Amino acid sequence: MPDSSFPAMQGPVCPLPLKHDDQIILGHGSGGRLTHDLIKNIFLPYLSSPPLLQADDFARLNKPDGEVIISTDCHIVSPLFFPGGDIGRLAVCGTVNDIAVSGAQPLYLTAGFILEEGLPIHTLVRILESMRAAAHEAGIQIVAGDTKVVEKGKADGVFITTTGLGFLPQGRTINGHQAQPGDVILVSGSVGDHGIAVLAERGELGFSTQIQSDVAPLNGLIQELLAAAPHTHVLRDPTRGGLATTLNEIAAQSQVGMLLHENAIPIQPAVRAACEMLGFDPLYIANEGKVIAIVPPQEAEAALQAMRRHPYGNLASRIGEVTSDFNGRVLLKTSIGATRVLDMLAGEILPRIC
Amino acid sequence: MDLNLLNQTLRDERQVKAEIEKIRRILTRPWVLMEICGGQTHAIMQSGLDQLLPAEIELVHGPGCPVCVTPLELIDKALAIAARPEVIFCSFGDMLRVPGSNRDLFSLRASGADVRVVYSPLDAVKIAQQNPQREVVFFAIGFETTAPPNAMSVLQAKALGLKNYSVLVSQVLVPPAMHAILSAPQNRVQGFLLAGHVCTVMGYQDYLPIAEQYYVPMAVTGFEPLDLVRGIYSVVTMLENNEVRVENAYARVVKPEGNPAAQAIIQRVFQPVDRNWRGIGRIPHSGWGLRPEFSEFDAELRFDVGSIQTHESPLCIAGQILQGLKKPFNCTAFGDPCTPQNPLGAPMVSAEGACAAYYRFARTNSTGMG
Repeated sequence: MPDSSFPAMQGPVCPLPLKHDDQIILGHGSGGRLTHDLIKNIFLPYLSSPPLLQADDFARLNKPDGEVIISTDCHIVSPLFFPGGDIGRLAVCGTVNDIAVSGAQPLYLTAGFILEEGLPIHTLVRILESMRAAAHEAGIQIVAGDTKVVEKGKADGVFITTTGLGFLPQGRTINGHQAQPGDVILVSGSVGDHGIAVLAERGELGFSTQIQSDVAPLNGLIQELLAAAPHTHVLRDPTRGGLATTLNEIAAQSQVGMLLHENAIPIQPAVRAACEMLGFDPLYIANEGKVIAIVPPQEAEAALQAMRRHPYGNLASRIGEVTSDFNGRVLLKTSIGATRVLDMLAGEILPRIC
Repeated sequence: MDLNLLNQTLRDERQVKAEIEKIRRILTRPWVLMEICGGQTHAIMQSGLDQLLPAEIELVHGPGCPVCVTPLELIDKALAIAARPEVIFCSFGDMLRVPGSNRDLFSLRASGADVRVVYSPLDAVKIAQQNPQREVVFFAIGFETTAPPNAMSVLQAKALGLKNYSVLVSQVLVPPAMHAILSAPQNRVQGFLLAGHVCTVMGYQDYLPIAEQYYVPMAVTGFEPLDLVRGIYSVVTMLENNEVRVENAYARVVKPEGNPAAQAIIQRVFQPVDRNWRGIGRIPHSGWGLRPEFSEFDAELRFDVGSIQTHESPLCIAGQILQGLKKPFNCTAFGDPCTPQNPLGAPMVSAEGACAAYYRFARTNSTGMG
């Protein structure tokens, strides 16, 4: 029975440090205990792979036969979460797709995180969950990573840089220089979805839409496409600058012309409506889950059907042809049957006034 | 309407070509028509309509792009205001790339100025409410179409008692510009496509005296390819029959009297003033300025930039292009060094500017290619 005549002995007590498990603070980037805890408790549960679990400063990997394909992409997006995706899914898919359009199978990914002081941990966790899901879907391992923390106001929540490694079977040459007159130009689905979804989520449209970003890993679709059309000449994902800018790049690289058919280019009604209202051209709006395929005519139909069988390619369409005329230029046959130049995007996309 | 239906209706190849065929059948000689509005220039070039029209129809592109006609000195005033640390400068996106004497709003933003793109002046009012310690300035440019929302923003700011909101006004009007074009001795324009959006606000009754004074037929015209062809058909029919009227070829949108509610808002806030037009010069009563009772919202007075005066690049022939005297291809600077990335003059900046429209959609002519 406690003797109530003795006051409870408290003694001198140091205040316990706050746990800081709800938001990122500068100490999370110090390299010390907080950094270790962050990596162990927050990152590794989501991004574990055998090389990561080794906890070395490097990853040692097996290399299949073939040439190495490597690609790096920095990801910044505001807001961090948008309909259909988030910066985590974007960071995985963006690099996976850059590898996949070489014809290689992406296998490994590294990720560098710049975190802004004050970022809620649960936000980081949502992003990591999303990266895990995207990596799983794409069939790749995240094998190395790094984290730095910057002061509040020096970054926009999270920036993620990913580097991907893939391996290309011998004898396969797919790049922007291979387009040949007579080739058929295919796109795997509707254009402009990602850019408009992000703009809408920023509240910049002044109206709400149901548009979802198309951000997706395309390596599965591309492998099926290549099985059906093994002599594919060019693959490229039309991200920033949109379909028009990407095709201009390829036309310049391959020293060919292109003729597109406006009516054949798939555009979702909501994207078209948003673009009409704001004076944007959907052909210049970013995509994150579409691929352009330039294939020889005899394989065009097989390539198209292969894409349409894949969930990410069900709106795949034949949109034009590579020509020997108009060297380096992309021409558009408009809906009223006239032909005009479809140029690269100049600078920022600006809404028209009236 | 379902916008996907556009390609089967107002952008339908068969219907557009059938309408063009009607024009071809009544044509007996060449005619020079001007589309006033930059939005129409953009639509013509974007659809490639100019290539489908009979060669006898020459379309010249009018001064109806608000970005293009905003005078350089006003851009310089905008830059001076936007550079102030207490200012949040709000503008329609197109204005950011218009070169002032030394720089543009984009580069000012890159060097730290708080310049924001808004889609509506009412967004700028919201920003002013959210930032009571900052000065929020909206660049109120445009023709009759932007005047109602721009005026509304001033009324809203007044109703809210906002002391930190002001507007840098560059409102211009279509009819005085038409007078200026038609009274020039070198004028070639024989008929006008009137700007559908402007007429939506103002109606088209003011145009009949101009049509009769200069003996030029006019048609209120929309923005889709089929609308444009119908407007052209209407004007060509009058020209061929030697008739002068103002017809409405955009009746699904435009009423003769316009939108009286919008006009009332304009009248409350603005009064007619003389304005300088970039490339054209001073046109009397060609714009609107704030009425004296709203002078507290006048950014030019608030920031004392009234004394700024500037002049244009000698290479740029924007003035002649805006008056329809020359085509962009006739400019020695077109394409080199003047491009949308490096514009010497305003018509190369806006998507509605004649030079930018030519650069983006029609360089085939200048390169001799297909």
